[in-house]
Amino acid sequence: MTRKITIDPITRLEGHGKIDIFLDESGNVENAYLQVPELRGFERFCEGRPVEELPRITPKICGVCPAAHHMASSKAVDAVFHVEPPSAAKKLRELYYAAHYVHSHSAHFYALAGPDFVVGPQADPKERNILGVISKVGLEVGKEVIKHRAYAQQIQATLAGQATHPVWGLPGGVSKGLSEEERREIEEKARSCVEFAKFTLKVFDDFVLQNKAYLDLILGEVYRMTSYYMAVVDTYNRVNFYDGDIRVVDPEGTEVARFKPADYLHYIGEHVEPWTYLKFPYLKSIGWKGLVDGKDSGVYRVAPLARLNVADGMATPLAQEAYEQMFRTLSGKPVHATLANHWARVIELVYAAERLLELSQDPEITGDQVRTLPTEIPTDGVGAVEAPRGTLFHHYWTDEKGLVTRLNLIVATGNNKAALCLSIKRAAQALIKGGQVSEGVLNMVEIAFRAYDPCFGCATHFLPGQMPLLVRIYDESGTLIREIGRE
Amino acid sequence: MNRLKLGLYWAASCGGCEIAVLDLDEKVLDIAEAAEIVFWPVALDFKYRDVETMADGSIDVCLFNGAIRNSEQEHIARLLRAKSKVLVAFGSCACFGGIPGLANVANRQQVFDRVYLSGPSTANQDGTMPRTVSQMPEGELILPEFYDTVSSLNQVVPVEYYLPGCPPPTDLIWRAVEAIVSGQLPPPGSVIASDKTLCDECKRERSQEKSVKEFKRLWQVVPDVTKCFLEQGLICHGPATRGGCGAKCIEANIPCRGCFGPAPEARDQGGKLLGAIASLIDSHDPKETARIVDQIPDRLGTFYRFVLPTSMLRRARL
Amino acid sequence: MSERFEPQLIGFFCRWCSYQGADLAGTSRIKYPPNLVPIRVMCSGRVDPTFILKAFREGADGVLVAGCHPGDCHYGEGNYNMMKRYPLLAGLLSEFGIEPERLRLEWISASESEKVAAVVRELTETVRRLGPLNWRSTVVSLVEGRLA
Repeated sequence: MTRKITIDPITRLEGHGKIDIFLDESGNVENAYLQVPELRGFERFCEGRPVEELPRITPKICGVCPAAHHMASSKAVDAVFHVEPPSAAKKLRELYYAAHYVHSHSAHFYALAGPDFVVGPQADPKERNILGVISKVGLEVGKEVIKHRAYAQQIQATLAGQATHPVWGLPGGVSKGLSEEERREIEEKARSCVEFAKFTLKVFDDFVLQNKAYLDLILGEVYRMTSYYMAVVDTYNRVNFYDGDIRVVDPEGTEVARFKPADYLHYIGEHVEPWTYLKFPYLKSIGWKGLVDGKDSGVYRVAPLARLNVADGMATPLAQEAYEQMFRTLSGKPVHATLANHWARVIELVYAAERLLELSQDPEITGDQVRTLPTEIPTDGVGAVEAPRGTLFHHYWTDEKGLVTRLNLIVATGNNKAALCLSIKRAAQALIKGGQVSEGVLNMVEIAFRAYDPCFGCATHFLPGQMPLLVRIYDESGTLIREIGRE
Repeated sequence: MNRLKLGLYWAASCGGCEIAVLDLDEKVLDIAEAAEIVFWPVALDFKYRDVETMADGSIDVCLFNGAIRNSEQEHIARLLRAKSKVLVAFGSCACFGGIPGLANVANRQQVFDRVYLSGPSTANQDGTMPRTVSQMPEGELILPEFYDTVSSLNQVVPVEYYLPGCPPPTDLIWRAVEAIVSGQLPPPGSVIASDKTLCDECKRERSQEKSVKEFKRLWQVVPDVTKCFLEQGLICHGPATRGGCGAKCIEANIPCRGCFGPAPEARDQGGKLLGAIASLIDSHDPKETARIVDQIPDRLGTFYRFVLPTSMLRRARL
Repeated sequence: MSERFEPQLIGFFCRWCSYQGADLAGTSRIKYPPNLVPIRVMCSGRVDPTFILKAFREGADGVLVAGCHPGDCHYGEGNYNMMKRYPLLAGLLSEFGIEPERLRLEWISASESEKVAAVVRELTETVRRLGPLNWRSTVVSLVEGRLA
């Protein structure tokens, strides 16, 4: 009887992931482990660095969402120096960040999620990729996707120096402002991005919501997990990517916590296991109860679905309309269906594009004052933002000269580590019975995983769009008895 | 026509180099036509086993990004070297060690202690640490070994070309792709960038006399957008750094931190920058000089920001 | 019998002043420890920081740089270039974990043969107290051992 199924490497995600599935005597899944075999040590080697350099060092944590780290870090150094950026600087940062969301969410939807829904989770693997999406929606649309992702990258580069690995954020503001000419270009691109976002919502509607089979998949038990949800919200409890307080709701949608980023240590703890390099964040008030979900477990989730579950609404009109429609269709809040992340993500794309346009038209956006010079002695500070993949915390401590003595990072996807493990285990348990592993299993495990968009969905699904999986089945003596691969 | 067999791989990296390839936008489709991508674990059906069974040298070109930090990355670097005719160190991490290379101020124990024990949000009374082999109730789980020291790609295997940058700019990536596809490759060992320093590309005004009585930190001043940063007393790596990046950081009114690696002919980027900075100081008095340079903190982390593993001293002594 | 640690020192001497001083010490038969290997350069200003780093990497336990007295440099201000590098270098070495006392900068004229001897004597004892640096084996044991 088979005992262990190893999926190695899981590709198409940030770093190198491994999944090990252990079977009991009947060939049913006893347990499944998601291992993250990578660590670089930012929390150690940023010590000793001048704190104002961290906004350009920490983006190297991730080249897909460097903007998120750049923003969290810029806000953290504002806090360390007890300095408030001028209003124009804050708006410029948020403008830049909205452009980043347009890039990140559109790339994820078309290249990663798109193949599952536009082409179909049971479709031929050879077609289940970006090229398959293009053949279904048309080459013109494919070019529009590339064009708008390029717009979003160009806007970020205009503002922050480079799209991948920005350099612009400083304590008290940003290093340069926006000229009227640049502003006009951004406004024009932003208008186009709003149309593109609306179109994307329509694509989702046409290909997913109008298809009962997909709706059933979204609402099914295999991909359902009841958890707490965490997100940054503004003063009106609306989704805001750049700034706000942290709000946590329980599996029934009741607020259980609302705190300023500076107080995060009272609320979030990180658990360590010996079999993975990634730690497991959890809610301290409930406690770490192991890899289980439900109201009694401290496991919480972040990212698009969590954000919409936590918020009371969206701050821009088209996004608000789409938000209301989603919760109507899925019968209320909070929604626990993991696959609804894809829907929430498209709604956020609409919000990001609307916000991009709104800010590009703000009269202050070309203002001269983009830096406030610090006057106080640096101590410590926290910056928190919503990264596309979840809530992101940067906390720095310095000496009186502003050299980092210590730092703490809780990084987006990391918040979802426990949820990822649970979702995989649940999918594996539901689908692997009696030691029988089929191609369908590979698809379904992948779908559970991909909904979380673990940080690398963007660059990865460019060509054949399924996760390459190799499943090896060993018997108790460790002899390889069967191998199922997928191209 | 036989398509070129192309491979891409990432070791201890952030994924930015992969995004840089995608930022070629429509040109990526041209690449997909001209080359058969036989190996790209983040995008394609890749199995380590498939690479192992390939004949040596059957991959025409492999673009390898990321530094070497653990045993799995070292193993794959050696494997890909054997299977590739041409190996390109793609991006600053593979070329020089990159930002992950800053971990060479510490060792494995110190990194683990900080991440898993003394982190303020970490709840780990048992002192659990990641292990290479973990015995779980159901069976064994394996993790790669985390090394004490980070290495660049060429410190592990020989490399034919270097494409620096964090990430490499799209125009240089395209230049490399065109060279590969057309077969007109530069001599092995070449760095695909400029053969001058960044100062050559920088559009800022430079006076003939450089004299600095005071160095400043970026948080203390709003830099003048027209003048050389060094002349304003702000550390800029321009004189010690290879050009070819388009000086994008400078245009964003932020000084260079040297991601393109040492200037041509410079063996040690930090040593070269130290010499350049020293030459700016306007003083003949040792006490005054000492006071002036005291304003420059973190020399190791600043002068060697992207290149610590390939620097002359390679890592800090503990 | 216990083996006493004999420091390996490298000395960069400028051709116009300090090297002449060292020569004079030799012809005058002044006794001083044999631990230092001299390297003649045209000017102390010629000593690129990278030379010093390389010396430590290649096995030096201590490095001396000796030039003309300020104001006496054959090329006018070459020695000031070295003077200005020195505090940055000392600080950098310290961050690498190399005690800054292992690097010494001295101004020695062509006639100061006794000073040459005294400086070498002092540096030898200072470095003997600090112990061997052994950079290659320190670093190699952390690096190449793992990559074998």
